[in-house]
Amino acid sequence: MLEIKNLHVKLEDEDKQILKGVDLTVPAGEVHAIMGPNGSGKSTLSYVLSGRDGYEVTGGEATLDGESLLEMEPEERAAAGLFLAFQYPVEIPGVGNMTFLRTAVNAQRKARGEEELSSADFLKLIRQKAATLKIDSEMLKRAVNVGFSGGEKKRNEILQMAMLEPRMCILDETDSGLDVDAMRLVAEGVNALRSPDRSFLVITHYQRLLDHIRPDVVHIMADGRIVRTGGPELALEVEQNGYGDLLAEVG
Amino acid sequence: MMADTAVLAAQVPTVEGKARPGDAALAARLDALDLPRGGFTRAAREDAAQRLEAMGLPGARDEYWRYTDPAPFNAARPQPVELAVDETTLFTGIDRLNLVFVDGRFDAEASDALAAEGVQVESLAAADAGADHWAAGLYGRLETAGQVPVKRPFAALNTLVAAEGVLIRVTGKVERPVHITYRRSAADADVHLHHLVQLEEGAELTLLETGSIGARSNVVIEADLGRGARFHHISAKRANDPKLGLGHIFARVAAEALFKSFTLSVNGSMMRNEAVIDIAGDDAVAHIAAAVLGDGDIGRFHHDDTVFVTHAAERCESRQVFKKVLKNGAEGIFQGKILVKPGAQKTDGYQISQGLLLDEGSQFLAKPELEIYADDVKCSHGSTTGALDETALFYLRSRGVPKERAIVLLVLSFLADALDEIEDQRLRDDILGRLEDWLTARAGNPGKASPGKA
Repeated sequence: MLEIKNLHVKLEDEDKQILKGVDLTVPAGEVHAIMGPNGSGKSTLSYVLSGRDGYEVTGGEATLDGESLLEMEPEERAAAGLFLAFQYPVEIPGVGNMTFLRTAVNAQRKARGEEELSSADFLKLIRQKAATLKIDSEMLKRAVNVGFSGGEKKRNEILQMAMLEPRMCILDETDSGLDVDAMRLVAEGVNALRSPDRSFLVITHYQRLLDHIRPDVVHIMADGRIVRTGGPELALEVEQNGYGDLLAEVG
Repeated sequence: MMADTAVLAAQVPTVEGKARPGDAALAARLDALDLPRGGFTRAAREDAAQRLEAMGLPGARDEYWRYTDPAPFNAARPQPVELAVDETTLFTGIDRLNLVFVDGRFDAEASDALAAEGVQVESLAAADAGADHWAAGLYGRLETAGQVPVKRPFAALNTLVAAEGVLIRVTGKVERPVHITYRRSAADADVHLHHLVQLEEGAELTLLETGSIGARSNVVIEADLGRGARFHHISAKRANDPKLGLGHIFARVAAEALFKSFTLSVNGSMMRNEAVIDIAGDDAVAHIAAAVLGDGDIGRFHHDDTVFVTHAAERCESRQVFKKVLKNGAEGIFQGKILVKPGAQKTDGYQISQGLLLDEGSQFLAKPELEIYADDVKCSHGSTTGALDETALFYLRSRGVPKERAIVLLVLSFLADALDEIEDQRLRDDILGRLEDWLTARAGNPGKASPGKA
């Protein structure tokens, strides 16, 4: 599904190398976690994969199902099946959540040459998906993320994911700012979307999200590289010993 | 309309040796116009002539003309401009009383019958043939009061020369909006219109304005709101009209009355809208808002909003919400003042002006002013100028929304606070639809818009 080979990325405006040769493969149906200390390049990786401005790829490649992502516009990547759940979902006053989602869903369908959803079908679909995430119709009517609590914003991200049905989902610190109940709700939403042809890359500082979203593989990122890869037990190791020992070990 | 140069001859500045630099311009300006003798407006016109002579035309050194060059408005005649196809379709799905003006002349044939329950509607030209009229006490009165402390020569000029307009007197709650549709047939029409709106106690009216007035226009509205009256004013002139436009709205708001004015401007050449709102009675509300889209690529774009809100009573609320989206060298100006007079306690005054610059060549200049002489008030103002939020743009695109569409959504998001000032949802939806169509048509087509297309 997702293949990243020797990816090198620097900041566009600064002479600062952030990713220094990332290699990562996420096969279809698997959930991979990336953990690592602050500044290791985790969020940069998610932004570069989804096409945010401000970064310059200086080497390597990233493909989704064999298609090169790095030359595509962000909206093309979305239509190709990539989704990024933001660490800080953006508030857009004056644009209704429903309008936003319908625009996004239909833009993607159009880009893929599929028929657009009718208002009725869209409404039916969103009501059903919102209900499982405990998002009420009042929240759907409000402007995108405006006045939402931290938990509501993250649930709204998962709702977008559920509506857009991407094949490759990247979750950037989705657990930040969530209390235990909100985290459980978000995790349930994610788990409900797990399927043999959908993969997840879960970026997190902490092990606790991984109690709820069980990863198949855990990667440790440090200084712009994947320095260790292992099973779920690697996350526990981090939780108990911190990154210090682990990184010292890697050298 | 008959010219009556005799009345004015004495007022045109001719004092030998003492002529100001602008006097010749004023003389030439008046010379180019038909000066109506006036019936019931006669005294007001004579008074306006004297006031205009005393103040002269504005110059670049006038404090409130620092950002907008008055020269095109001072010129004796406007440059002829291309006639665009009349495409006014706004509000046509709404039951309304439609009044049509062509090149500044009332067209009774094209208009609805001037009869509706709870409201008297007349054309100024027709009414001004007579000497007695309810409007005699209003014509020029609020305009005159609005000359202090800031002089507004073009408003005085309008009172002097405007032969046409609509006189509306409302005694009840009028459900059907009065819709003034402007049409233009001459390329060089220089139009002066003077509308009067008198809302008696508890009366309610919505006034709509759409279309293209003239190559150059000067419109004054005087609105007198009685106790508990509610007045909604929505102006959405023709988009992409390469015109020069001057507008003044003078309002006096009595106790418990509500005044709301919203203006949409989409391109044009040079526009200046002045609002002078006098909140005269306790517990009154006055909101004034504008949404402006300017693309300098279609023609020079310069849009100036100059607002003066006076709080002279207790527990009143005022809001000024001005949003301008500018690109390709477009210029947006906002000069907004809140004056709280002594004794106007518990005033709640708010003002926001924002420029969204879609490129580096455009500019937004704001001059917010607060002057407060009461100690128990809440007044705030803010002004920002910025580019599109890159994070928000990325957020939308990352969900699959194409860049052009994402920009449209963000522009609408930016304008939302101003549009929210339109209370009637049908009218708001109509304006929003127009804006969205227009933005969508322009998206991905950064070159010149075809004339005649909204």
